Amino acid sequence: MLTILFDGIAYGMVLFVLGCGLSVTMGLMNFVNLAHGAFAMLGGYVAVLAMQRLGLPFLASLPLAFLSAALVGIVLERLIYRPMYAKSHLDQVMFSIGLVFMAVAGTDWLMGSTQQFIRLPVWLQGRFEIAGIGIGRYRLFVIAICGLLAVSLQWGFTRTRFGSRLRAAVDDARVARGLGIPVNRLFALTFALGCGLAGLGGALGVELMGLDPTFPLKFMIYFLIVVTVGGTSSITGPFFAAMLLGVADVVGKYLVPQVGAFIIYALMVGLLITRPHGLFARARA
Amino acid sequence: MSAESFEARVRQALYAGRRWHPVEIGFWILAFAAFLLFPRHLLLLNEITILALFALSLDLILGYAGIVSLGHAAFLGMGAYAAGIFAKYVTGDPLAGLFVGMAAAGLLGLLTSPLVLRGSDLTRLMVTLGVALILYELANSFGSLTGGADGLQGVMMKPVLGQFEFDIFGRTAYLYSLSVLFLLFLIARRVVHSPFGLSLRAVRDNPLRASASGVPNGRRLAAAYTLAAAYAGAAGALLAQTTQFVSLDVLDFHRSADLMLVLIIGGAGYLYGGLVGAIAFKLLQDAISSFTPQYWMFWIGLFLVLFVLGGREIIHGAVKTVAGRFARFGRGGAR
Repeated sequence: MLTILFDGIAYGMVLFVLGCGLSVTMGLMNFVNLAHGAFAMLGGYVAVLAMQRLGLPFLASLPLAFLSAALVGIVLERLIYRPMYAKSHLDQVMFSIGLVFMAVAGTDWLMGSTQQFIRLPVWLQGRFEIAGIGIGRYRLFVIAICGLLAVSLQWGFTRTRFGSRLRAAVDDARVARGLGIPVNRLFALTFALGCGLAGLGGALGVELMGLDPTFPLKFMIYFLIVVTVGGTSSITGPFFAAMLLGVADVVGKYLVPQVGAFIIYALMVGLLITRPHGLFARARA
Repeated sequence: MSAESFEARVRQALYAGRRWHPVEIGFWILAFAAFLLFPRHLLLLNEITILALFALSLDLILGYAGIVSLGHAAFLGMGAYAAGIFAKYVTGDPLAGLFVGMAAAGLLGLLTSPLVLRGSDLTRLMVTLGVALILYELANSFGSLTGGADGLQGVMMKPVLGQFEFDIFGRTAYLYSLSVLFLLFLIARRVVHSPFGLSLRAVRDNPLRASASGVPNGRRLAAAYTLAAAYAGAAGALLAQTTQFVSLDVLDFHRSADLMLVLIIGGAGYLYGGLVGAIAFKLLQDAISSFTPQYWMFWIGLFLVLFVLGGREIIHGAVKTVAGRFARFGRGGAR
């Protein structure tokens, strides 16, 4: 039981890394980017290719996944995302679904529709037991990395100058702009960071979630749950939402496999109905 | 301004909207004439008709009530499965099945309407998406009833009205679907040009002011949502009956996304948008998938991106110019 819980936490951690970028961009520009999963897929494929074709070690392919996704994020933000900010939510949703479809079909064309795998280094394979709890080495590794990321993100968000500017811009972009904060540049940076994190999450998640061209569609709903349930005004909100989701999903699939993904969808709808502004949202005017 | 003259003006405006334009009459004559004009493409025409009905349903809530939905496939699927299961276990009479499909989807719409009335657009998108996904999972899990991933097989239909047998060329199918579409269109047209339709648009444009002037926002939106759900259910029932097969595909996410594209192509809020969009969409799909069947998704994505980047009223605008006085219908609806 505790082993399942542990797996759920690892899963939730990856979801957090995947989703936190989305929550910040959504809060900052009020932009609904359903194509977030496409960046995660990009990171995953970059990691797979780097290991298979270039023979890079697993640890070296992770930063590569981060960088490539961030780079593509910056370019796309400049070229095609920017005109979308002023449009309605519906337009943004349609636009990003279009991007997702293109990414899915394009990846299918480039890479084929088969599931991709990563060969983990030996020291990350297998599991060991502590007090009767089976702990997968890779899962422990994932939890350590993601936990470190979460802590440093939280620190950066609350303690640094960048973070306080970001929070100001999220709270009220107009006033922030009036105070001389370069909101657009801030946003481009944050967007790149969010995409990079998605790419990293995608690379870390290959082992846990699998990777094939339909990845952005399959996990779109997960990211959205993290964001809508966690709210967009903090790091801790999405973090707990991701944990909840990861544990609920894994536990649900282990204990009652026949219901499948039903549990998390029901959970999401339930949460949205009872707390329409997110689980940890502050009251907004 | 006295109350009487104001009321009279409202009535007059509603009557003006209700009057039939020659272009509309021409449109429907063409639609029925297509049966004779394209006897070899009746199956495609049938698909177009069903998609048009589905799009009409989304137009009712999106164009008139302003409710965004990413899970409209839920109602299509509900109607399809209800009609399919009804035909398999009870009776193969098409009209009874159609009614069952509409009733089932309408009921689902009524039950889920409290969910979509909450929160912002974003919450609505999520909740509608979630409802569709839940249905998908349910249909997948209850394999004994729905056939699960294999689809519902063994749907046998009786002749329509006891007279017209379904054939492999889609002759009966097309006329049956088109008749249903036409009837439901007439009802929709009457509804949106009624005081009820007017109040929906009021709620869409300014909910606060609408409720201040005495419109029961929640109930009106719930009614519109239920009606649209029943329409989508009818589309699903037609799909199940004319193909005599229901698969999980009817509940798939891409159905809802495709539908959005249809409405983007045609433009929302003047009823014909869904119909025009469905024709354009299916022809496009037919043309593209004849040379790259598996990458159709890429093109659909590209079209979505381009349409949104270029402003989604491009084609809508073109249609308007061509149709000249179509603007009269769009005055209240087009944004």
